[in-house]
Amino acid sequence: MEILVCVRRVPDTSENEIELNGSGDIERDDLVYSVNEPDNYAVEEALRIVEKSGGTVTVVTVGGDDDEEVLRREMAMGAKNGALLSDDAFNGSDGRGIAEILAGFVKKGHYELILTGVQADDGAAQVGGMLAALLDYPFASLVNSIEVEHGKLKIGREIEGGNKEMNEIDLPCVLSIQTGINEPRYVGMRGIRQVASLPVPTFGAPDLGVDGRAGSAGAKVRRMDYFTPPEGKGAEMLEGSTDDIVGRLIELLRAKGGVN
Amino acid sequence: MPRIFVYIVHKAGVADDSAAEMIAAARKIDVGQAPVAVAAGWGADFDAVCESLRGSFAEVWKIGNEALGYPNAELVRPALVKVLPAGSILLMPHSHFGTDLAPGLSIKMNAAYAPDVMDIEVLDKTTLKLVRQEFGGQVSAHVRCDISTGAVLTIRPGAFKPVESAPANGTVIDQSAQVGVLTARRRYIETIAAETGDVDITKFPVLVSIGRGIEEQDNVSIAEDLADALGGAVSCSRPVVDAHWMEKSRQVGSSGKTVKPKVYMACGISGSFQHLAGIKGSPFIVAINKNPKAPIFRVADVGITADILEFLPELTAKIRESAKGRVSRAAIQARTSADESDAGRPVLRELVKR
Repeated sequence: MEILVCVRRVPDTSENEIELNGSGDIERDDLVYSVNEPDNYAVEEALRIVEKSGGTVTVVTVGGDDDEEVLRREMAMGAKNGALLSDDAFNGSDGRGIAEILAGFVKKGHYELILTGVQADDGAAQVGGMLAALLDYPFASLVNSIEVEHGKLKIGREIEGGNKEMNEIDLPCVLSIQTGINEPRYVGMRGIRQVASLPVPTFGAPDLGVDGRAGSAGAKVRRMDYFTPPEGKGAEMLEGSTDDIVGRLIELLRAKGGVN
Repeated sequence: MPRIFVYIVHKAGVADDSAAEMIAAARKIDVGQAPVAVAAGWGADFDAVCESLRGSFAEVWKIGNEALGYPNAELVRPALVKVLPAGSILLMPHSHFGTDLAPGLSIKMNAAYAPDVMDIEVLDKTTLKLVRQEFGGQVSAHVRCDISTGAVLTIRPGAFKPVESAPANGTVIDQSAQVGVLTARRRYIETIAAETGDVDITKFPVLVSIGRGIEEQDNVSIAEDLADALGGAVSCSRPVVDAHWMEKSRQVGSSGKTVKPKVYMACGISGSFQHLAGIKGSPFIVAINKNPKAPIFRVADVGITADILEFLPELTAKIRESAKGRVSRAAIQARTSADESDAGRPVLRELVKR
């Protein structure tokens, strides 16, 4: 099966605190970037399908030169091909714009299965569903199990309360992959070095036939600024020496019935 | 303003509580407009849902179709595309069903899509200014949304205070005939219930809940020690289950268990809204996190900026120490009472249990 996995490079929130600067943007200078964690699960799942039933895995991302590194990381995991969709005309794209760009790329190939991670740093969880609609393929979100059957897949979706909704879905289709579906394989520096010289072709707006359908002009949704979320009720912060904090906390827990 | 529709999620004949929150969101867009409920389903349960909606909506658009007996987004979507007028605004909860249905629906309606909306302000007739969160709730963002060709918004559960609307005595308008035959290339088979697991975290008054901050599987015992000392159980957030360090049955959140403890110790948990959705009954929440900006501090009662790997063992040791002190005091008391009468027996039994 030919599988395409859409990935994205994002600030690694396990490595960074996200700070705001004075002008309504996040402070990007010291941010450590990595591949969007859910995307690793999607790539791993694609690799497992291919290892079992043949085919190849291609990884694709929309972005700039810096974003090539996440393609190489996923190629080090085992993806055979990478493609960078990059053009100044793509700047300012909203979710639909990104989906239009990806749809342009999908149409150049013969992919039976297209995977995305469940969501990226913006928590929108939108591109997979939009891509499916643009291609007129069936879609399922939050997929946490896949079995390949003849011409179709049997998939599980994670729904409320940890329950699992089983579906049958025809190919070709688009799935957004939930974290925890597998254990993504480890990628070491050595693996990344091994793919460092492999070609990663770049495709622009004319190559993908998306002139005018991506970029800021067509974007109906646009971020204006970032701001600090309201405090809410806000916790009483315990400060002082560890001994003081522990002592105070035990008193509070005792009062609330947490310590006998 | 374009016409506003509220998509009604329902189960077993009952409309989801989220409907009242959607009405609140609709009012933020146009206070003078009564939003229309739109519901899809089949059978007697579904008829009951539509009837009940008449209580809070002036108009209820009913899409009945045998294929919609189970809410399969791949079937609901084309049905809505046929029924909703061009340029409409549709509101629905940002849930597993919302993420399944809504992004593709916005494409098919040629409408804007804004997911997980937490607040709404109207800038002008064709522009909304929305509030969302990014980076797991660490920062908020204002988003400009062009609604000139309609919009689909998924609404963050709990973000809008439910509107208890005056009794509407509304009308059910049957739109089923517009839909025609529905066939999906994705077919629902069955729902498999979550596994119960070895420990039922919903039964414990104290939960020591761990997140990514536990760092590795070997450290889980640190939380187990504290839970033992407190007579509680260890629960966790999603990353711990994803890493296979704990069973899925220990996960608190919208895709895990809903818990109602007296005390919830959130240890190394950032506090995504999906996680918080699993904590009910207003427990006393203690948050311990290295990151002073972690969203969990916004909802906790007490917060401590610390590395849980260092802090939890200290806390456990102190609790054990102080419990020992209390036990020995209680033991002396018990002995004294037992000497005098039988009244001390229950205390002794308590001690034996320890």
